[in-house]
Amino acid sequence: MADFKDFTKGIWSENPVFKIVLGMCPVLAVTTAAENGVGMGLATTFVLVCSNIVVSGVRTVIPDKVRLPAFIVIIASFVTIVDLVMNGFFHQLHKVLGIFIPLIVVNCIILGRAEAFASKNSIASSALDGLGMGVGFTLSLVVLGSIREALGNGTIFGVSLFGQGFVPMLVMILPPGAFVTLGLLLGVMNRIEQARDKKP
Amino acid sequence: MKETYILTTSPHIHNAESIPRVMYSVVIALIPAVLVSIYYFGVSALIIYLISIASCLVFEAAAQKVMGRPITIGDGSIMITAILLAMNIPSTSPWWLVVVGALVAVVLGKQIYGGLGHNPFNPVLVARILLLISFPVQMTAWVEPVPLFSGVDSVSMATPLGDMKTTLMLKGLIDTSHFSYMDTFIGFVGGSLGETSVLALLVGGIFLLARRVITWHVPATYIGTVFALTGVFWLIDPTKYANPVFHILSGGLMLGALFMATDMVTSPVYPRGMLIFGIGCGIITVLIRLFGGYPEGVAFSILLMNAATPLIDRYTTPKKFGSIVLDEAAK
Repeated sequence: MADFKDFTKGIWSENPVFKIVLGMCPVLAVTTAAENGVGMGLATTFVLVCSNIVVSGVRTVIPDKVRLPAFIVIIASFVTIVDLVMNGFFHQLHKVLGIFIPLIVVNCIILGRAEAFASKNSIASSALDGLGMGVGFTLSLVVLGSIREALGNGTIFGVSLFGQGFVPMLVMILPPGAFVTLGLLLGVMNRIEQARDKKP
Repeated sequence: MKETYILTTSPHIHNAESIPRVMYSVVIALIPAVLVSIYYFGVSALIIYLISIASCLVFEAAAQKVMGRPITIGDGSIMITAILLAMNIPSTSPWWLVVVGALVAVVLGKQIYGGLGHNPFNPVLVARILLLISFPVQMTAWVEPVPLFSGVDSVSMATPLGDMKTTLMLKGLIDTSHFSYMDTFIGFVGGSLGETSVLALLVGGIFLLARRVITWHVPATYIGTVFALTGVFWLIDPTKYANPVFHILSGGLMLGALFMATDMVTSPVYPRGMLIFGIGCGIITVLIRLFGGYPEGVAFSILLMNAATPLIDRYTTPKKFGSIVLDEAAK
């Protein structure tokens, strides 16, 4: 039976960005603004849930030897759907995210969940797992994107935060800012975990 | 009366060398350049030094407290960081620029790696590059030095290297004739606080050499490589490339070569490695100055060579006397 834990683990204890540290390429590249984080996160969530459900559904049919190509084909189909839908209805966001939308195909989180979870569990559990991972991924991207946007541009979701005198710290929306923010957040998270372990 | 015996293993020779002694030697060596910069850039320079020292001390103590390490703000290393940081920014910098720089240098450049001795990159240069990329306008707001008490407000002007790059882009030729060597030598040009006065920096550098805090290897090969390489280009086409004397007298080369490339933590340990390090810094500096997008490349070159330091150390460690290579011993 599906367990609610399959959903919640993706948000903290097995958070795809800060715990498993997978899918770093979109994480570092698109988090220049909080809004991009939401777009990228939701697109990835959709693909994760759908591919997890389908992979789980056909897991007994696919021969072991060709399972990876089969997973990739399933994932690629959903990514194509996302790519076209986004291009049609959220054209501006699609332009900003650019190449990173088609690249969801090779995002390690999705293939990782298909291989490690969906191919071994029931459809319901897999759907919850995909949703949890997707929400965790989205939250991480939004947090990263918000911090970088706030410091690098003085805004969050396009809303100006500080007064006129604020001089944005450009480096935060450039690649070095992505690495520095990610590293610091990882450190903070490990610190929280350590503090938790000590208490019992 | 109970007698206490102290039992220790050899060596028993005691050396007065300690971290504070080395660190305060460097601080003393920096004083001439500090005084010259205060003389030329006035009270604003003094204020920047004070803000830098205060914020570096606060951030260092706070970071060590948070990370649960002993608080060592008295060992002098943080004073060097603070003074060098102030020397690396223009005299017109607003106060928050200095504070952000101090935060980056102390926390991101040093404490996050484990404190003094564990940082792979020179903290001051990390801060400088981050500030330069983040706040390009504030970091290049150079003013003409106005000697203290002369009663004139500041006049903005380009640095020699910045001026050279701009004229080269606009006219395709360079013209350095309006910069006198004497001015760049004593520091009467625009630039970051501490980089302008070659004379004051040299005095400090010689003091450090005499105290054996630094060796000649890095500064000599660094400056020598810059001189030789720019000399070659100058001989090929003097209308496009400035002459080597101009190159070694301007920009942050002296400050970088004497005080930042020689940082014990981030430069190679053995003489052979130091030579490679100096030459590498020189080559990268010249490439950035002559062909890069930025007018000055000292900070970038030292950081890049910092990254190569562990590798250099690995290949230049001298053989221990009397040791046998394990493979041969096995045969």
